[in-house]
Amino acid sequence: MILSAANIRTFFAVTLLGLTLAGCGYNTIPTLEEQAKAKWSDVQNNYQRRADLIPNLVATVQGYAKQEREVLTSVIEARAKATSIRVDASQLTDPEKVKQFQDAQNQLSGALGRLIAISENYPDLKSNQNFLALQSQLEGTENRIAVARRDYIEAVRAYNTELKTFPGILWASTFFRSNKPMAEFAASEGAAKPPQVKF
Amino acid sequence: MNVAGIFSATGGRKRMAAALMVALFAIAPAFAINFPALTGRVVDQANIIQSDTRAAIEQKSADLEEKSGIQLVVATVNSLEGQEIEPYANELFRKWALGEKKKNNGVLLLVAPNERRVRIEVGYGLEGTLTDALSKVIISNAMTPRFKAGNFSEGISRGVDDIITVLTTDASEWQKRPSLRLDYQQPVDPASWILLAALFVFFILLIVSPTFRWLLFNVVLNVLASSGSSGGRYSGGGYSGGGGGGFSGGGGSSGGGGASGSW
Repeated sequence: MILSAANIRTFFAVTLLGLTLAGCGYNTIPTLEEQAKAKWSDVQNNYQRRADLIPNLVATVQGYAKQEREVLTSVIEARAKATSIRVDASQLTDPEKVKQFQDAQNQLSGALGRLIAISENYPDLKSNQNFLALQSQLEGTENRIAVARRDYIEAVRAYNTELKTFPGILWASTFFRSNKPMAEFAASEGAAKPPQVKF
Repeated sequence: MNVAGIFSATGGRKRMAAALMVALFAIAPAFAINFPALTGRVVDQANIIQSDTRAAIEQKSADLEEKSGIQLVVATVNSLEGQEIEPYANELFRKWALGEKKKNNGVLLLVAPNERRVRIEVGYGLEGTLTDALSKVIISNAMTPRFKAGNFSEGISRGVDDIITVLTTDASEWQKRPSLRLDYQQPVDPASWILLAALFVFFILLIVSPTFRWLLFNVVLNVLASSGSSGGRYSGGGYSGGGGGGFSGGGGSSGGGGASGSW
């Protein structure tokens, strides 16, 4: 093969084409989609972890503040509702379902906030070791939820952007026509800040 | 081939274009917050830790990492820059990438004396051992009472001792690691994209510009030929020397575990 200028040009052109295909690639959309789904399962797991803490918390508070029946009941009911709604990874493209999930969790957050607030009025409860441990676990879980939500929102943003911008849009309109943008979380007031407990 | 073509009008425009491209790709990503740099196992930006305490903590942290691979870093900052300590600590932890990438076994003890907040941020892998409740106990018992009295060095030192106690009483943390460990540099995404773009530009220039080809084959080959006579190869940069070399994060991450306190 003669090493002519034309041949060199062809060689480099082919190499360039190969690199371009590998770089701005076919793989990006499925990868980003899987990452977003993985972050979503983190979010659900952390919400579930919070729900698991609640029965113990309610039992401890009941020991000292039985008369606060209204608040305790609202927590139990909100928890039941929140755990009944699960969003499967395939339902992430449905904004209604995600909103339902989020609303149920926000309701539970509200009920929990009220429970913690009324426990401030019971000094015996506040100094109970079990209650203190549960409170710190609750704070930790709320923080984990906040972090998981941020990660999920970031992953969804990356995925949705890839679907819309060049060169992702080329792949999206040919091979990945069934991929729809995923629903994002609407940031709710005070959701980012975990409940502060000062001793 | 006319060498002077490089300095002529048309050659000048091509040079400008190339220089502009290099400049564009050199723009580094900007972070919103100024986090301190990970200069070592104790990053005392707020200057509240006495030097002998600091040396002792660094030694304990190095021993811990030697035995179990856990990266424990103590940091004090002058300002949380308007953020709550929880997101700040999490972002700092992730920026420093504490802990091994596969195990996520990092711990960050962050003190913000001006905002009067302290937090222990625990990596994903250690959340079962150094639980939120335990972190809270350590903060409430060992640290905040001493901070209230103004005794930061003692408080931080006791906190570190307690954390190490919790981490080392679980036998699984004592697994012997392989003795050879290169300091792992976390690959940065912007750098690999810049590299790809540079490669792209390189090939375009190669195809389009005979001047560039001439430059490449003559100048570069000459440089390569002459460097052989001028001295040996330089050792690869980016890795610190053995024993007492630089400290860097192992690529781990945190999910927000741990506890905070204030005084």
